[in-house]
Amino acid sequence: MSKPYLRPIPFTWWNKNNAYRIFMLREISSVFVALFVLELLCFVLVASKSPENFDKYVEALKSPGWIVFHVVVLGFSLLHSITWFNLTPKVLVVRKGEEKLPDALIAGAHYLAWIVVSIVIWMII
Amino acid sequence: MSRSQSGLLVSVNTEADPINKTDVVSEEKLTLEVFRYHPEKDSEPYFQTYEVPFREDWVVLDALNWLKDNEDGTLTYRWSCCMGVCGSCGMMVNGTPKLTCAAFLRDYHPEPIRVEPLENFPVERDLVVDMDSFMEKLQSIKPWILRKDSEEKPLSEGEYKQSPAELATYKQFSMCINCMLCYAACPVAGLEPEFVGPAAIALGMRYNLDSRDQGYEERQEIIASHEAIWQCTFVGECTTVCPKNVDPAGAIQQAKVASTIDWYKSWLMPWGQK
Amino acid sequence: MAKSNEPIVWSLFSAGGVVAAFVVPIHVVMLGIALPLGWIALDYQSLVTLVQNPLSKVYLFVLISLVLFHWAHRFRFTLVDLGLKKLEMLISIVCYVSAVVGTGYSAYALWTM
Repeated sequence: MSKPYLRPIPFTWWNKNNAYRIFMLREISSVFVALFVLELLCFVLVASKSPENFDKYVEALKSPGWIVFHVVVLGFSLLHSITWFNLTPKVLVVRKGEEKLPDALIAGAHYLAWIVVSIVIWMII
Repeated sequence: MSRSQSGLLVSVNTEADPINKTDVVSEEKLTLEVFRYHPEKDSEPYFQTYEVPFREDWVVLDALNWLKDNEDGTLTYRWSCCMGVCGSCGMMVNGTPKLTCAAFLRDYHPEPIRVEPLENFPVERDLVVDMDSFMEKLQSIKPWILRKDSEEKPLSEGEYKQSPAELATYKQFSMCINCMLCYAACPVAGLEPEFVGPAAIALGMRYNLDSRDQGYEERQEIIASHEAIWQCTFVGECTTVCPKNVDPAGAIQQAKVASTIDWYKSWLMPWGQK
Repeated sequence: MAKSNEPIVWSLFSAGGVVAAFVVPIHVVMLGIALPLGWIALDYQSLVTLVQNPLSKVYLFVLISLVLFHWAHRFRFTLVDLGLKKLEMLISIVCYVSAVVGTGYSAYALWTM
């Protein structure tokens, strides 16, 4: 007789191993990244209204709470960037005859571009 | 030291067994915790603990075979080639999907090894899972060369030729041995039973990328559906556990890009449709 | 099973992911750490000049909008994979509509700034 047993999947399935945990953190990073760009909008709108607003905003940014928040956001945004660039070779397959460009080259090119873009933005501001 | 029957060096007690008149050989042991389930009498599965001999060159499958031969003939599991090409012996070894013919005891010794049936599939008995859903999913993407009848060339014109470069575009995806480790590793395969899954989609890509195939549009009905590529969240564990380096995660992401380009083309350039 | 319309949201998700990967870390460093710690010499006037530039407004709009869509798509799947599959339709609507609202608001706010 057949009575197949279905093993239930717990709500905490993502905590089962390292790979799943990092995956879940990677997904959650999108929340922090979104919160940050909204904060960036807020900064641009509020701090450019008046010199008093600007000074108050910068003062608030110095508080330990905000510094900690930004360090956490930085951590998540770095997790996003690193996991994203590392996955690019899986999506961008460039073939030359029988060979394909090595994974490290594809990912490396993205990392290089990332550094260049960051430097450019720093210089502009 | 002397050699045991299998030729391995084992430590020997210098006190002989006077009754049987042999040297008493002591061997290292390893603990196996094996998932058991008997549908005819169990309402729940349970774990049974065994001691198996530890041999340097043994894999988990050897230990299971030894158990079945010496301790418990009722132990039920699938296996065949013992060399990683048939895809039969996939099981969870300490929570990781592995081919038991490729999981060496020495990599776990002296810790105990927990052996369970592949995750995300219903359990038939002991270590055997119900793989019907997997077989259906494989078939659903039409894993054969599809040709448009009107474009068939007669036999007299010879075979359809394929260059090494054309072969290279799909070769990796053709290496799948249908072992289902990827489905066991994929959280979506467990959470969404209708998810077509890594092996099936990789197989679909194998045919889509084959220069002799003309079935892309037909397969897209399944592959580009919500139950196929769009349920994948690129966890990537399928590729990590694959014993043949098929890289199903890569296949799925490439399918997403191709399907997205198709989608935009169909909206922005509808005159190009067949 | 028919071909899905997921590509539209997936392409927005991808674009958002690319943009976020390249520029968000440096912006976090600059706004959250460099500015309060005085590593960059940004004063009120130069901020105003910078952000009033139409190119900056376009840049900010694109960045914010795409990142919101990136979040919406990823968050939807995260909630569904955490067991809320039955609410997928509702979750999707809330997430994508939020992204649309955010996009609309930032367009309006940046335009009228």
